[in-house]
Amino acid sequence: MSDTQDDPAAALVLPPYARALGVSLHGLEGELPVLTVGFSSVIEGRPGAFHGGATAGLLENAGYAALRAVLVREGRNPQLKPVNITVQFLAAGKQKQTYAVGRITRLGRRNANIAVEAWQDDRERPIATAILNILMAERD
Amino acid sequence: MSSPKARFDPAEASKFFTKHGHSGWLGLRYRDHGENWVELELPWREDLLGEEDRAVLASGPIVSLMDMASGMSIWTTEGDFTPIATLDLRVDYQRPAKERAAVIGRVECYRTTKSAAFVRGIAHDGDPEDPVAHVAGVFMTIGRDPRQGKVPMGKDAASSAGTGDE
Repeated sequence: MSDTQDDPAAALVLPPYARALGVSLHGLEGELPVLTVGFSSVIEGRPGAFHGGATAGLLENAGYAALRAVLVREGRNPQLKPVNITVQFLAAGKQKQTYAVGRITRLGRRNANIAVEAWQDDRERPIATAILNILMAERD
Repeated sequence: MSSPKARFDPAEASKFFTKHGHSGWLGLRYRDHGENWVELELPWREDLLGEEDRAVLASGPIVSLMDMASGMSIWTTEGDFTPIATLDLRVDYQRPAKERAAVIGRVECYRTTKSAAFVRGIAHDGDPEDPVAHVAGVFMTIGRDPRQGKVPMGKDAASSAGTGDE
């Protein structure tokens, strides 16, 4: 039994890596957290564009945030361990505010499969997508 | 056509890449390279944790490390600094990196075609025989991207395909 149950805000505490990148919570789509990051030198790759690694970092954090939100609702608090991430880069990330939200494709007892999309101006035109497989280990 | 242009040198180029933007912020360092591979290092950093309560590096910075090493392995193989964009990158994590350990990424470009470059590599924290992760990726050569119809130049070169991230 987790003491974060029934407290959606508790699921939205982002890890140090997300905060260091400048990623923050933009809002909720239903129960799923929409994360956002502004353009800065911290995420710049080729001059004036997102580094692929920074885009992947936003996607990954949105995936974990979505999973934590759903787990909190279910009263679960497992340790999350990444199995893999596959990122598709669809368009250059320009010097603009960027958003990402993850959806749980499958939530099992031991593993979760999550699809994440990142976009800038147009929600219908993602700049990158990712699939994450995450293992969930019960804490001792 | 002969060109006097010097071959791409990852050791020299790293001096620039690792001082700017995302790679500079991560503190990536050049380690070594061969004909078709490049090795970079991601030093340990307190603020890149994936979880508040464990001194283990988040997986995201490992993607950045491998993306950067991938790009450099392609330029090293081609001998030329042509604009490229990451199309697809996959990272399989075998285990967490050791607490407070630097992570080393070694990527080789095993095949190039007219418009694509294929890479694979490992990330490890000291013993290459015991990797933290395996990576596989495909990059597009932007200047020769057949989807674009014309050769784009300058800083908008990657505007319609991929990240052009390096």
